[in-house]
Amino acid sequence: MNNNPQLNKHGELQHLLTTEGLPSSILLNILDTAESFVGVTERDIKKVPLLRGKSIFNLFFEPSTRTRTTFEIAAKRLSADVVNLNIAASSQSKGETLLDTVDNLSAMHADMFIVRHSQSGAAHLIARHVRPEIHVINAGDGRHAHPTQALLDMFTIRHYKRDFNNLRVAIVGDILHSRVARSQIHALTTLGVPEVRVIAPKTLLPNKVERLGVHVYHDMEQGLKDVDVLLMLRLQNERMLGSSLPSSEEYFKYYGLTQEKLSLARQDAIVLHPGPMNRGIEIDSAVADGKQSVILPQVTFGIAVRMAVMSILTGN
Amino acid sequence: MQLPDAEILLTNLIGEIQSEISGDTALVGIYTGGVWLAERMHQSLGITLPLGTLDVSFYRDDFEQIGLHPQVKPSDIPFEVEGSHIILVDDVLYTGRTIRAAINELFDYGRPASILLATLIDRGGREMPITAQFVGATIVLPENKMLALEQGNDGKLNLSLYNKSSVEQ
Repeated sequence: MNNNPQLNKHGELQHLLTTEGLPSSILLNILDTAESFVGVTERDIKKVPLLRGKSIFNLFFEPSTRTRTTFEIAAKRLSADVVNLNIAASSQSKGETLLDTVDNLSAMHADMFIVRHSQSGAAHLIARHVRPEIHVINAGDGRHAHPTQALLDMFTIRHYKRDFNNLRVAIVGDILHSRVARSQIHALTTLGVPEVRVIAPKTLLPNKVERLGVHVYHDMEQGLKDVDVLLMLRLQNERMLGSSLPSSEEYFKYYGLTQEKLSLARQDAIVLHPGPMNRGIEIDSAVADGKQSVILPQVTFGIAVRMAVMSILTGN
Repeated sequence: MQLPDAEILLTNLIGEIQSEISGDTALVGIYTGGVWLAERMHQSLGITLPLGTLDVSFYRDDFEQIGLHPQVKPSDIPFEVEGSHIILVDDVLYTGRTIRAAINELFDYGRPASILLATLIDRGGREMPITAQFVGATIVLPENKMLALEQGNDGKLNLSLYNKSSVEQ
């Protein structure tokens, strides 16, 4: 356990880099703590003094609106000071290295870095480099991991389904390019979901994905049968190199979630999507805005989950 | 050492509070022991406003030293705090830091007209200028002792004494 760079010498969470290898006790503690923050975000004064005087830096080396904004709101609701750095447009374009950027910000007395980077492992690199009193949260690195997204999905699932240990969960879409899918699979299996399915065309699945403990389907009709939870993924156009897919119309025909395909799942199945959605490509508007969609509650819960992660890390 | 019977103290405390209750009195219990007490008081006193509960973990002043409590409960204040008359309920009043945190948290819901404090045990040792208006019993205890209210399977409350070194506060 001491080999896990996310844990300190007491086995407590020091950084949140990936859901892989974290014990269920730590994942559940984050979800339980987030329950208490949901109440805070529903008050008139949506703020607690927990991180007063702390400086949190949002280091976004890759464009993102929603994730950056929800981290910013979460930090502000904990009374921290938050600084947003849009690095793509600043020093790095002048040639500064990643670790030089981090050193400079550490010299400004940063307490926490929230890192989004197109390279897998960027957040790990920073976590290994910083002083022990600084905490790092991975807000998405390459194809590797996006742990807070997976945790807010777990929170949403538990909110509607109460328990993990009798669920059938299907992850649908571009698994190959998706850091969200990887983090979801690790979280779901650790939390005891007995059956995790992935549904995708062969060209959008990583080799040997079944080694992660998932059941592989290439067909929506079979894959969605009796499913309790559908985790839709965004078709990552900007990551699509060459010819993984004939066309987005053809993708929608076979893998786009329509009301008709959704009716194959259990009647009380819920539909999640990490956003931003491509309506008419991976999900039909009637489903996205329909009764079984919990896509907007996911966004609200995401703030409480990020508040929980930030306060647990700072306290450890 | 012989500890007083928590059930008898609670009955006395309810008697003390009785005369101070009016139609706009609200009760707020502090987790965990204060909530057990406040639930019983709420029922016996026939209070009409719904019971409030507070977990002060997000307002504690020792977060830097000990981190976040591993089992934070959601706070729930189901009445309008603005202009209300609140009786705050806790099991053991000691340094006064928990009460400071609770008052701060209540103010994030609104500006109450008044706050009074009821506690089952006042064990002295105050580090803040805080005092309780309703007290079940006053007990002087050495610093290394921790006094805890516990609830049995039958719902009965009782007090236990621990050595601080053997228990995480």
